[in-house]
Amino acid sequence: MITFMNNSDSEEEPCNERTSLMSAESPPVPSYQDGLQASEAGEAQAHRKRRAGSSRGPNNIAGGEMSGSGVPVRESTLENEEEELTLKYGAKHVIMLFVPVTLCMIVVVATIKSVRFYTEKNGQLIYTPFSEDTPSVGQRLLNSVLNTIIMISVIIVMTVFLVLLYKYRCYKFIHGWLILSSLMLLFLFTYIYLGEVLKTYNVAMDYPTLFIVIWNFGAVGMICIHWKGPLQLQQAYLIMISALMALVFIKYLPEWSAWVILGAISIYDLMAVLCPKGPLRMLVETAQERNEPIFPALIYSSAMMWTVGMAKPDTAARGTSQQTWDAAEDGREHLRSPSHAESQMSETRSPVPTRPITSLEDLEEEERGVKLGLGDFIFYSVLVGKAAATASGDWNTTLACFVAILIGLCLTLLLLAVFKKALPALPISITFGLIFYFSTDNLVRPFMDTLASHQLYI
Amino acid sequence: AFFWLLSLLAASLLWFVSVQLSGREDAALLLLGAAAAVLLQELCRFACFKLLKKADEGLATLSEDGRSPISPRQMAYVSGLSFGIISGVFSIVNILADSTGPGTVGIHGDSPYYFITSAFLTMALVLLHTFWGIIFFDACERRHAGGLGLVVGGHLLTSGLTFLNPWYEASLGPIFILTLCTGLWAFSTAGGSFRNVLKCLSCKQEPKGRVMLYSALQVPPEE
Repeated sequence: MITFMNNSDSEEEPCNERTSLMSAESPPVPSYQDGLQASEAGEAQAHRKRRAGSSRGPNNIAGGEMSGSGVPVRESTLENEEEELTLKYGAKHVIMLFVPVTLCMIVVVATIKSVRFYTEKNGQLIYTPFSEDTPSVGQRLLNSVLNTIIMISVIIVMTVFLVLLYKYRCYKFIHGWLILSSLMLLFLFTYIYLGEVLKTYNVAMDYPTLFIVIWNFGAVGMICIHWKGPLQLQQAYLIMISALMALVFIKYLPEWSAWVILGAISIYDLMAVLCPKGPLRMLVETAQERNEPIFPALIYSSAMMWTVGMAKPDTAARGTSQQTWDAAEDGREHLRSPSHAESQMSETRSPVPTRPITSLEDLEEEERGVKLGLGDFIFYSVLVGKAAATASGDWNTTLACFVAILIGLCLTLLLLAVFKKALPALPISITFGLIFYFSTDNLVRPFMDTLASHQLYI
Repeated sequence: AFFWLLSLLAASLLWFVSVQLSGREDAALLLLGAAAAVLLQELCRFACFKLLKKADEGLATLSEDGRSPISPRQMAYVSGLSFGIISGVFSIVNILADSTGPGTVGIHGDSPYYFITSAFLTMALVLLHTFWGIIFFDACERRHAGGLGLVVGGHLLTSGLTFLNPWYEASLGPIFILTLCTGLWAFSTAGGSFRNVLKCLSCKQEPKGRVMLYSALQVPPEE
C-alpha cells in the first residue's frame, strides 16, 4: 500500500489562508501500513510480513512558507504551487523508489540464475498443502486454486489479528512478533542463503568465520531496522530481507499456485485498502485517529525521518511535537543519532526566526522521502524471480516483467499524487507484470527466437 | 520502453495468429511479421509522442513561468534512446546468455561471425532508434509528413536489410551508412551545425553579454 502522508504536526500551524486547502487534503497521518506476519518455510514459527507502503507528500512546504499576510487571492497560487511541487517531487519520488525495487529484483534474479538451490523443488510450505504433481490439467488447476484460497485466508486472518492487536493497543505483543520474525529472517535465512551461495561457487568456509559473519550481519541488521542506524544501511538491510523472503517464496511455492497467488494477492490488496471495512483501511484510520506511525520497522523509507522540529518555526509547538514523535518513534531511524539531532535543531532554530522560509524549505526538501511497504518489494521480486526461473531460460521475459512492474509503480505513484490517500501498490504492477509474463513467454518468445535464429532485426 | 514492448506484443500476437492459421512457418510469414512489427513500433512511437506531449503541456501549465522543465528535444532524445535500449537489449541479451555457455559458433554451417555481427547490428539499431526518435518527434511537432515517412521508410529498409544476413557485406555496410546519414540528419534537426561542433571542440568561453538568471540562487542570509 502506498499512502500519501502529511507531517501531522505541521497541520496545527496557524495558516489562516490555507485552512480551506487543509480540509481538502487527507487527514494527517505520519505513516501507516498493514502488518501481516509472514510464514516461514516449513519451520515452526509462521510469520509472513505483508506490509503496506506509504509515501509522504510534499504538502507541508507551502504551509510553512506563507506565515505572513493571509490574502485569499493567494490561495489559487498556493494551490498551483502545491500541485506543481507535488508533481515535481512526485517525479523524484518515482526515481527514489525505482532504485531499491530494481536492486531487490537484481539480487533475486542474480540468485535465481546462479544458485541452483532456489529452483529445485524441495517440498512445499504448509500453507500450500496441495501438490501440483497431478497428471491432469484440471486437477492441477484445482489444486492451485485451493492452495491460493488457503494462503489468502491465512493472510486475511493474520491481518485481522494484527489490526485487532493494534486496536486494543497491544503494542508490546506486536513489537515482539516483529522482532522475532526479523530475527528469523536475518539469521536463519541468511545462513541458508550464504550456505547455498558458497556451495554453488565451491568456496570453503569454516564454522567460526561463518558464525562471526552471520552474527555481525544479523546483529547490525536488527539494530538498524528496529532502532537507529544510518539511512543507507537500513535501506540495504530492508532490501536484503525482502530479497530473502522473495527467494523463499519462489522456492517453496509450486508454479501454478504462485501465479494464482500473485493475482489473488493484488485483488486482496485492492479490496483491503480501498473498501471501507477492509482491514488495512481500518488500520490506517486507527493510526490516523491516534496520530502515530505504524510499525516503522516494516516500511522502506528513502529519506531521513527528520520529522521532529521539521515544520514548525515556533519553538513552543516544536517542543510538544517532539514529545509525541519520540514516543512513537522507537523504530524509526534518523540520519544522525538523536543526541546530535537535538544539537542540530538548536543550531537551526536560531536562524529560523530570521529566515523561516528558506531554512524550512531546505529541511523540508531533505525530509520529503517516499515510503513503500516491504510486502510490495517482496511480491514484485517474486514475480520477476519466477519469470526468471520458469521462463524457459529466457531473459526477455524477465526484462519485460521488470519494465511492466516499474511502469505499474510509476502509474501508482501518479495516482497517489492525484488522489492523495492510501493506495495499494500491488494491483497495477502485478497486473501488468502478469500480462507481460504470460504474453511474452507464449507469444513474443517464439517470434523473437525465430527472428534471432535468422539474425533478423526489427 | 513500455510502448516498444506493447508494439512487440502486438506484432508477436499477429505473427503467432498468422502462423497458427496458416499451419506452417515459412519465410514469407516471417517477413510479414517483421514488417508488421516495424509499423507497429512506429505507431507506438507516435502514441508515445502524443502522451508525452500531453504530459508536457500539463507540466507547463503547472510551472511558474509557463514553460515546461523538459525541452521537447530532450523528450525526443530520451524517448528514442529508451526505444533503442529496449529493442537492443531484447535483441542481444539471449545471444549474450548463450555466448557464455559451451558451444561452437557456426558449427552447423552458419557464419562463425554471428556474435560479432550481432553486436554491431544491435549497436547500429540502438543508435538508429535514438536518431529516429529525434527526427520523428521533430517531424510531428512541425507536422512535416515527409520526415515521418522517411523515418518509417528507413526503419523498414533497415529491417529488410537484415534479411540479407549472412551476406554481411550487403547488410552491415548499408546499415552503417544509413546510421551515419540518419545521425547527421538528426543532428541538424536538433539544431546542431558544423559551427556548433567547432565551437564545442574549441571550448571557447561564451561572451559576457548574456543575462544570467539568478532565480536558482538563494537570497543570501542577512548579516
